[in-house]
Amino acid sequence: MAVEKKVAAYICQGCGLGERLDTAALVDVVKKEGKIQQVKPHPFLCSNAGVAMIQNDIDNEGVSHIMIGACSRRSKTDAFNFPEVAMARANLREGVIWIRPDTEEARETTQEMAEDYLRMGCAEIKTMRQPEGNPNTGTSRTLLVVGGGITGMTAALEAAKTGYPVVLVEKSGQLGGWAAKLYKRVPSHEPYKAPVDNGVADMVSAIEADPNIKVYLNATIAKTSGAPGRFQAEIATESGSTVTEDVGAIVQATGFALYDANKLPEFGYGKSPNVVDQGGLEQLAREAAERGGPILRPSDGQPVKSVVFVQCAGQRDASGTHLAYCSGHCCNTSIKQAMYFKDVNADIDTTVLYTDLRTPGNGEDFYRSGQEKGVIFTKGKVSSVEPAGNTCKVNFHDLILDDQHACIENADLVVLATGQVPNSGVNIDFKAVEGEEAAAEVEKKTISILNLDYRQGKDVPQLKYGFTDSHFICFPYETRRTGIYTAGPVRRPMDIAQAREDATGATLKAIQALENAAIGSAAHPRSGDLSYPSVRMEGCTQCKRCTVECPFGAIDEDAKGYPLMNESRCRRCGTCMGACPVRVISFENYSVDTVGSQIKAVSIPDEFSEKPRILVLACENDAYPAMDMAAMNRTEASAFVRVVPVRCLGSVNTIWITDALNSGYDGVMLMGCKHGDEYQCHFVKGSELANYRMSKIDDTLKGFNLETDRVQTYEVAITDIDRVPKLINDFEKRMFEIGMSPFKGF
Amino acid sequence: MSNSSSQAAARYNNNFLKEVEAMVEEGNWVKMCMQCGVCSGSCPTNFQAGWDHPPQEIFMMIRAGKREEVLTSQSMWMCTSCYNCIVRCPRKLPITHIMHGLANYAHRLGIAPKNQPTRHFAKLFWNNCIQTGRVNELKLSLGLYFRDGFKQGIINGLAMKDVGLGLLKAKRLNPFELFKPHGCKDQKGIHAMLKKAHEIEERRKAIKTA
Repeated sequence: MAVEKKVAAYICQGCGLGERLDTAALVDVVKKEGKIQQVKPHPFLCSNAGVAMIQNDIDNEGVSHIMIGACSRRSKTDAFNFPEVAMARANLREGVIWIRPDTEEARETTQEMAEDYLRMGCAEIKTMRQPEGNPNTGTSRTLLVVGGGITGMTAALEAAKTGYPVVLVEKSGQLGGWAAKLYKRVPSHEPYKAPVDNGVADMVSAIEADPNIKVYLNATIAKTSGAPGRFQAEIATESGSTVTEDVGAIVQATGFALYDANKLPEFGYGKSPNVVDQGGLEQLAREAAERGGPILRPSDGQPVKSVVFVQCAGQRDASGTHLAYCSGHCCNTSIKQAMYFKDVNADIDTTVLYTDLRTPGNGEDFYRSGQEKGVIFTKGKVSSVEPAGNTCKVNFHDLILDDQHACIENADLVVLATGQVPNSGVNIDFKAVEGEEAAAEVEKKTISILNLDYRQGKDVPQLKYGFTDSHFICFPYETRRTGIYTAGPVRRPMDIAQAREDATGATLKAIQALENAAIGSAAHPRSGDLSYPSVRMEGCTQCKRCTVECPFGAIDEDAKGYPLMNESRCRRCGTCMGACPVRVISFENYSVDTVGSQIKAVSIPDEFSEKPRILVLACENDAYPAMDMAAMNRTEASAFVRVVPVRCLGSVNTIWITDALNSGYDGVMLMGCKHGDEYQCHFVKGSELANYRMSKIDDTLKGFNLETDRVQTYEVAITDIDRVPKLINDFEKRMFEIGMSPFKGF
Repeated sequence: MSNSSSQAAARYNNNFLKEVEAMVEEGNWVKMCMQCGVCSGSCPTNFQAGWDHPPQEIFMMIRAGKREEVLTSQSMWMCTSCYNCIVRCPRKLPITHIMHGLANYAHRLGIAPKNQPTRHFAKLFWNNCIQTGRVNELKLSLGLYFRDGFKQGIINGLAMKDVGLGLLKAKRLNPFELFKPHGCKDQKGIHAMLKKAHEIEERRKAIKTA
C-alpha cells in the first residue's frame, strides 16, 4: 500500500515512436497539461534498462503511480508488470502511429492524437488507486459436487486426485445415476466395436476408497449461501437432520431425465407393453443378463425375434410440441442396444429407423461395427406404431424409396429414442416466457436444486429448453453464479464420454474459482484482477438498479435496502457502475472518474478547425483487441477518434456520454459484444444492458438539440479486424456530413 | 427363411438381404451401405432410360425385402463398370461388383428381364468366347444385329455397311471367319480350365448356402 501518492510518467521512443512523434512536445504536454513533473523518455522502454529505470523509481523514489506512454495495454504486459503500483497506459503505438499514414500532412494530427492519449493517461492515473484485493475472502478449498452420476463422480474423483476435498451430495440411495441403470455403455476406447461395461462399479469403489470424498446419499441441498471460497451448503440428509458444509466452489451435475414417452401415444407407448423407451430396454437387457437368457418381450415373455428402434421420438420436433433439439447420444445408444440382440443371436432382425444418423465422437467406428454385425439402418420417418396382439406394426415413410406407406409388421419390440430433458432447478427468468405450455413447464420445475440464498433466485439461470446458462463460445462451464459450475447433461445434451470430459473441465474451473477467491482476486474472465467494487453508501438512493442488473447475483440487499456487495461473487465487469444513476459505485482502478476524467482531458479544437472529436468506448475483450489487430495490419483509421477501453459495455455510465457531448465531442461510438439469445458478451448481460441504456440516450440528444446519429452502438466481434476501422471511418464521414457539434468551447 | 404368410409381412425383414449375402457375389457388403447416395450421384448412367433404381436405392430395396423388384430391375444391367462408385464410396463397398453380382444372380434364376440388351450381349459374348477361346467379332456383331429378327438384322447390317467395308479394306475383317473361326492354340485346355473354374464356384456357393 502506497503511503504517499507520487506519480511518474514514462514515454517510449522505440518501435518508431521517436521518429514519428515529437518527444519533446509530448514531455511538455505531460508536464504542463498532465501536471506530472517526473517525465522520463526512453529509447526502448520495454528493454531491461527501461524496465529497470521504472523499477528503480518505484523502489527508491517512492513512485506509487506510473503512466506509461508506449504500446497498447495489451502488449508487453510481461515487461510492464509492476503489481505494487497503480498503472495507466497511453496507447501511442497501436492507437496512433500504426493506424496513421507516415506523411507530412498527417504529422500534425498524429502528434495531436498522441498528445491527447497522454493527457488521458495522466488524467486516468491521477484518479486511480492501486487495487488491494477483496478483503472479504474465504479460504475453503472443499468442492461441493451435486449429483452422483457419471458427471458428478468424475468431478469428485478428478478434484480429489488434485488434492481438493470433495463433498458429494446424491439425491437417491446410491451412486451411479443413469449410467448405473445401463446394461452396457458405448465404448470410449479403440477399437470402438462392442458395448463395454458401464464402469460405474469401479468409480463407486474408487470414491468409497477415497478419504478425501465425503458422500451424502438420499440427501438434497436445503440452502446454499455465501460466496466463492466461503459457501455454506446446508445438506438435508436421510435422517431428516441438516448438516452444514463449508465449501469453496460448487459443481452442479444433476444430469437429465428421459423425455416422457407418455407424451407419444402415436408411437404406441402405454398402449403396448412391447413399446419401451431406451431406458426401458436397458432394464430388459439387464434382466435378461441376470437370468442368463435372451431379451424377452414384456407382453408374454417370448424371446424377441425382431426389434425396431425409432430414432428422434419426440425430438428435433419442429412443431413445438416436443423437444426441439437433438439429444446427441441416442443414435449411438440405439446402435449399442441393437448389438445387445445381435451379439447374442445374429438372426434377430434389428432395424434402426432414422431420419439423420448422428454418431458424434468415435461413433462412426461403432456405427460401422453395428453394420458389420448386421444391424439394419433404414432412413425413414415413423408416423405411427400400431400394437396388435403380442407384436407391433411400425408405419413409416421410407425416405430413400419415397414410400409413404412402408411398414414393418410383427415387431416384437419397439424402442423409442426419446432424448434428454435437463434436471435443472427453478427457472428464475420465468417471467420472460409466456404461454400455457411454458406455464406447464414451470409447474414441473418448482423444486429447486441449489436453493441459493441469493436475491436473484434459487437456482442458476437457464439458457434454452431448461439447460443451464453457459457462455457457449468462451466459457462453457460458467454459469451466471460465480463459483458455481454446471457440467454434464444439465448443461447440454450429451453422452457419457462427453459428460466425463465436461466434468473434468468444470472441476478445473471450480478449483480456479476457489483459489482466486482465496487471494481476493476475481474469477474468470478477469482472473487476477484484485480490484473490487465499493459503494459510497451515503449517496445511494436505494434504487436497486445495481442489484437487479448485476448479471452474476453478486449484490444482495441489506436490512435497510442498501446494496450489499458479495465481492467474491463479483466478476468485476462494472455493470453495477454503469447502472448506478447517482454514480456511487466504483473500483479502485476503474471508476466513473477514471474514464470520465479521460474523456474530459481530450483537447477539443474549435468548431471551425474541421477537426472533429469522436469518443470510442470499446469493450476490452473483443472490440479493443480487434482494433489492436487492425493496427498490426497497419489499417488506417481516423485521426479524430479517442478510444477508451471499457471492461464491458455494461459498465458504461450514461454520464460519460452526456459529459462527452457537453464538452464538445462530435460523436460517440460504443462497441460491445453481440447480445440477445446468441449472446457473446463475456459478462452475459453487459452489452445487452448497455444497448438498452443507450436506447434512452436519444432523449438526451434531443434535449440537447443534437442529431441522434451522434451516438451509435455497435456489436463487434474480436474477428472484426477489417470492419472496425471501416466503422470508425464511416462514422467520421457521417460527422462531417452532420457538421461539428455546437457545444465546443463552452 | 420364415414362413411369412403375406408379401407385406416379408417386407423390411432381413430374408432377402440374407439371400443376397449368400447367393450374390460380394452381396455380404450390402448391409454396409450407409445410404449417403454418393454412388448414385457419381453414376454416369444417371437419368438414362432403364436407370430406374440407382445403386443406393437398390441396396435399400434389398433391405426392404423387395426381392421381385430388385431381381427383375433393369438397373444393374445399366452398369458400365466405370468404377466411379467404388472409388467414391466412403464405406468402400464394391458397388460395381455387387451390381454385376445381382445381374448374374437374376440371370441364373431366370428372372432377369427378357431381351435385356446387356444380358443378350453378355450371353453372346460369353458363348462366343468359350467356343474357341477367342471373341469372333464378326459373329458377335452379326449376332447382335439379328437379335430382333431377320429383317431387322438386314436393316442393321446395311446401316453399318460403310464401317464394315472400311474394315474390309483395311484388312481388319475377314468374311471367312464367319464359317471358319480361328481359335486359340489350346482350345481343349481352355475348356478344361473353364470347367474347373465352374466347379470351384459351385463348390463355394454350396458352402455359402449350407
